[in-house]
Amino acid sequence: MSLLALERVNKRFGGLRALGDVSFVLESGQIFGLIGPNGAGKTTLFNVVTGVYRPDTGRVVFDGEDISGLRPAAVAARGIARTFQNIRLFRSLTVEENVMVAGHHMQQASLIGAVFRTQSHAKDELALRTRAHELLQIMGLSAFAGDVAGSLPYGSQRRLEIARALMLKPKLILLDEPAAGMNSQEADELKRQIRFLRDELKLSVLLVEHNMSVVMGVCDRIHVVDHGETIAEGTPEEVRRHPRVLAAYLGKESGESGRPARSSEA
Amino acid sequence: MTEFIQQVINGLSLGSIYALIALGYTMVYGILRLINFAHGEVFMVGAYAGYYAASAFGIDAYERGGRAFPLVLAVAVLLLAMAAAAALGTTIELLAYRPVRKAPRLTPLITAIGVSLFLQNAGMLVFGPNPRRYPPILKEVPFEIGGVIVTNIKVTIFVVALALMTALRFFVLGTWTGRAMRAVSIHPDAARLMGIDVDRTIRACFAIGSALAAAGGILFGLDQIMINPLMGVLTGLKAFVAAVLGGIGSIPGAVLGGVLIGLAEQLTAGYLSPDYRDAITFVILILVLMLKPEGLLGVVKQEKV
Repeated sequence: MSLLALERVNKRFGGLRALGDVSFVLESGQIFGLIGPNGAGKTTLFNVVTGVYRPDTGRVVFDGEDISGLRPAAVAARGIARTFQNIRLFRSLTVEENVMVAGHHMQQASLIGAVFRTQSHAKDELALRTRAHELLQIMGLSAFAGDVAGSLPYGSQRRLEIARALMLKPKLILLDEPAAGMNSQEADELKRQIRFLRDELKLSVLLVEHNMSVVMGVCDRIHVVDHGETIAEGTPEEVRRHPRVLAAYLGKESGESGRPARSSEA
Repeated sequence: MTEFIQQVINGLSLGSIYALIALGYTMVYGILRLINFAHGEVFMVGAYAGYYAASAFGIDAYERGGRAFPLVLAVAVLLLAMAAAAALGTTIELLAYRPVRKAPRLTPLITAIGVSLFLQNAGMLVFGPNPRRYPPILKEVPFEIGGVIVTNIKVTIFVVALALMTALRFFVLGTWTGRAMRAVSIHPDAARLMGIDVDRTIRACFAIGSALAAAGGILFGLDQIMINPLMGVLTGLKAFVAAVLGGIGSIPGAVLGGVLIGLAEQLTAGYLSPDYRDAITFVILILVLMLKPEGLLGVVKQEKV
């Protein structure tokens, strides 16, 4: 079943065409990779899907509903959560609070209830905290629950962003370069966690990543863009052999570069 | 020594009024990076709202009959004034600041000055330009402890301010909306994508800051006896200096700054000359800006890349 479909999405910034007629279908339960060289339009695409940008033309259909042009909070409410390429945690809040803050949908009590600290407010808080701790455990961050988020090591901050996004109870999670700055051991752990999202939490994942070991290792399907245009789509095996991908993404003399994609991994 | 203690007590009570007002400046700055120059006028309107509420509850009759105004009604006056100021603050936000929220930072600042001037003049038009005597919501009862004269009003000011600031602390640290406020002040865009209603959070911030200013307005009226439509100009400015002294954006800083400004003003008036009581605030402002521009409890903001 199609969960997210982009239909001929275009987005321009002045004279620059950031996205030109990009279309793809992400099936429910898939880990869907989106790759391309720097400046190919991957982050713009994320911003279009999450409502930060409105597409100039074309549609974004999520779960059977046209969501193009909806505001970010409305998109989040429909079940799309994301992480950021440049980490945007609430640095001075604790790890636990960072996750709890995304639990708006679990909120029952009114503002008045919060002011007077009613019982329903206390119940809300307990439910939020319990859920936050479950997610921290999944991402392996339980030990840091009380720490200030800004003090975590880089890789843990990236995992905390995922935990925070999960708090939104999304159907689809968008991960923007989650492995950036991770060493290979951390990246392996991340791969396990991304599969856990699909297999145990029944989530679909849209993944932008430069680390080819992660992309090739976890994705069910990969879509390749360059200069805002689709150049290929297929399974990891198909994509890594695709001539236009080799030319555009890995450079023409791809055999010599020794890039990760050429390694025997995955 | 008793003289000194006397001045400190007066300074603490004055300072807690400044602290209540300073909280509004610092909360709005923390979330929008906007110096809400109309905040002093919200304080003024809060004082007048208390004035009219007390009249509506028939305080004149109580006074003529020589009876004390019931405490229940006094609390009702306080809550009504806080609600009225919250309504005013959120209306200002909606009509004046929201349309220019995405404009360069100078635009909302000038807008704030415009709103401030508008409300000063609207106040003179609606309330009349002449000072009014503040009704005795609380009957003044002086008492003496070891040579120091304290009034129940000074004690009430201190206690009410302390109670409201404690409530604010629990609100900001322990509730969902408080957490959302802190999140929005760090990354508004990320907060929006995490499902936080940023507009509602900003509205709550203005409502709470304005309500605290109204409480400050009533306490000010009780303390100073006279109110007038321009009372928010100087007092608002002093409270703003208090917020800067404590580190603008920092809630504990606003409280600390308010108390310090109150003490400095009162001690200057007592030991130097009453003529300098207003000037000292601005001497402090200049010193802070020269020596520690981030304020006592403020943190140096790291520029985002």
